[in-house]
Amino acid sequence: MIEISNVGKSFAERNREHYIALDQVSFAVKKGEFVSLVGPSGCGKSTLLNMIAGFEKAETGIIEVNGHKVKGPGPDRVVVFQEHGLFPWLTVLDNVAFGLKQRGLSKKERHSIALEQIKAVHLSKFIDRYPHQLSGGMKQRVAIARALAMDPDILLMDEPFAALDEQTRSILQKDLEEIWVKTQKTILFITHNIREAVMLSDRVLVMSTQPGKIKKEFIVQAARPHSIGDPLIHHLESKITEELADELEKVVREEMGDEYRIKKNTFSIPSVDSMGFGI
Amino acid sequence: MIAWDLGYRYLHWGWKFPSPLQTYQAFVDGFTQGHLWGSISASLRRLLISFVISIAIGTTLGFLFARFRFFDQTFGFLVVALQTVPSIAWLPFAIIWFGLNDTAVIFITTIGATWTMSMASRTGIMNISTLHIRAAQMMGTGNGFRMFFQVMIPAAFPHLMTGIRVAWAFAWRALVAGELVAKGVGLGQMLQDSRDIGDTASILCVVIIIAIIGTISDHLCFKRLEDKIMLRFGYIK
Ligand SMILES: Nc1ncnc2c1ncn2[C@@H]1O[C@H](COP(=O)(O)OP(=O)(O)OP(=O)(O)O)[C@@H](O)[C@H]1O
Ligand SMILES: [Mg+2]
Repeated sequence: MIEISNVGKSFAERNREHYIALDQVSFAVKKGEFVSLVGPSGCGKSTLLNMIAGFEKAETGIIEVNGHKVKGPGPDRVVVFQEHGLFPWLTVLDNVAFGLKQRGLSKKERHSIALEQIKAVHLSKFIDRYPHQLSGGMKQRVAIARALAMDPDILLMDEPFAALDEQTRSILQKDLEEIWVKTQKTILFITHNIREAVMLSDRVLVMSTQPGKIKKEFIVQAARPHSIGDPLIHHLESKITEELADELEKVVREEMGDEYRIKKNTFSIPSVDSMGFGI
Repeated sequence: MIAWDLGYRYLHWGWKFPSPLQTYQAFVDGFTQGHLWGSISASLRRLLISFVISIAIGTTLGFLFARFRFFDQTFGFLVVALQTVPSIAWLPFAIIWFGLNDTAVIFITTIGATWTMSMASRTGIMNISTLHIRAAQMMGTGNGFRMFFQVMIPAAFPHLMTGIRVAWAFAWRALVAGELVAKGVGLGQMLQDSRDIGDTASILCVVIIIAIIGTISDHLCFKRLEDKIMLRFGYIK
């Protein structure tokens, strides 16, 4: 369970005094819930996730995980990064077992747990490979297995599939949904892909930018497993897309001046057969 | 080889520079009856001791420089300056502190290799990606020894390896220079002793041995090791 109340964060900038990245952000993620965070680039999604992970400190407000204030990184909240972050000097098996080693498990114990997780992401054949010998999708699977091997309460995922091609992405989405159903982990998931967010989540939080805030919340009430054919899903996807188009227009105007205007229909509702809509 | 022999015969170098045959003879004598083996092993022993010490100190210093800004801006700056001082310049100090003995030679050899190693390890550790540090932290390495040995050292490996190779070359140089002056058994001392009796064949013989050991150790040990590991971890494709 994650509770975020009135969290703010600003960065010092050379010319201006302060750049407010996040302002008064509040929301909660219930135990076992799958929540997605979408928003224009630079709105502070990663910053927020890094604060929950304990890599960065909140300037104002309180972040609590399972009733305890976040003080630093911990094995109860594991992050899956966009660029996998695997250790190139370790094999797949040792990468996945790394966290267990820190926990003091014997070699036998940690390898058997690691093997189980590697099997769950269908990579049993590749345990002796080094990360550079794997494809992008495989690396991301290893990163997921590494996170799950720690058996954390919470998974924090920062655009984990963004660097992958569409086919690999949709396969990994299915795998992730399966893992989530099976393990009942609490997941906070950042993405630019609205379809991905709607397909996976119980709830989608849309952020606005400058300063970063939670703008709107969408609850996905469709039956699990979510399917693209479900009109509820489709309707939600277009509503979120619309919401974000407004936000994006704001960003572009800010960056390029007032004369630049995006035509609304550029961001029209994606057709059912397209592979999702990114921003 | 032929040019060398012709030069010896017709330019009348006499005893100032040996002929190929004399050099060959010096090799054979040195290895069969002389103390060439003893000298080589004594020198290598000193070299290895200094080398291990300087790699350990250098890596630790580099870590401290990379980690603590204040330390880097004060002592780090000093190290950059010290790096430019040829280590043989420390010999007078070494002799005053330790006497004309092994310790003095080991001291200047260590100094010769430490600074460059510390700079290499500083660069290596500063270049570790935040992503790897964060991944390690969230998996519970903490920020102490486990982080250092299990993450920082292997992550900084390419830079460390470069540092090690340069440190080895520097140590080798400093060693021979130190031995020229110090008493005892060693290749440097052998150069000096041979000069005293005008045995140019032995001098050349030792010079050749120094070059061969230097090359072999770099190419066959460090370079091989480096290439193998770099390839394995995908640092090079
Ligand atoms: N270390 C930092 N120093 C200064 N500014 C920063 C720093 N980290 C982030 N920012 C700024 O904070 C804002 C939010 O960054 P953040 O990375 O959280 O955005 P994001 O929503 O994750 O974007 P994206 O979708 O592109 O990943 C950005 O404007 C960024 O420039
Ligand atoms: Mg981001």
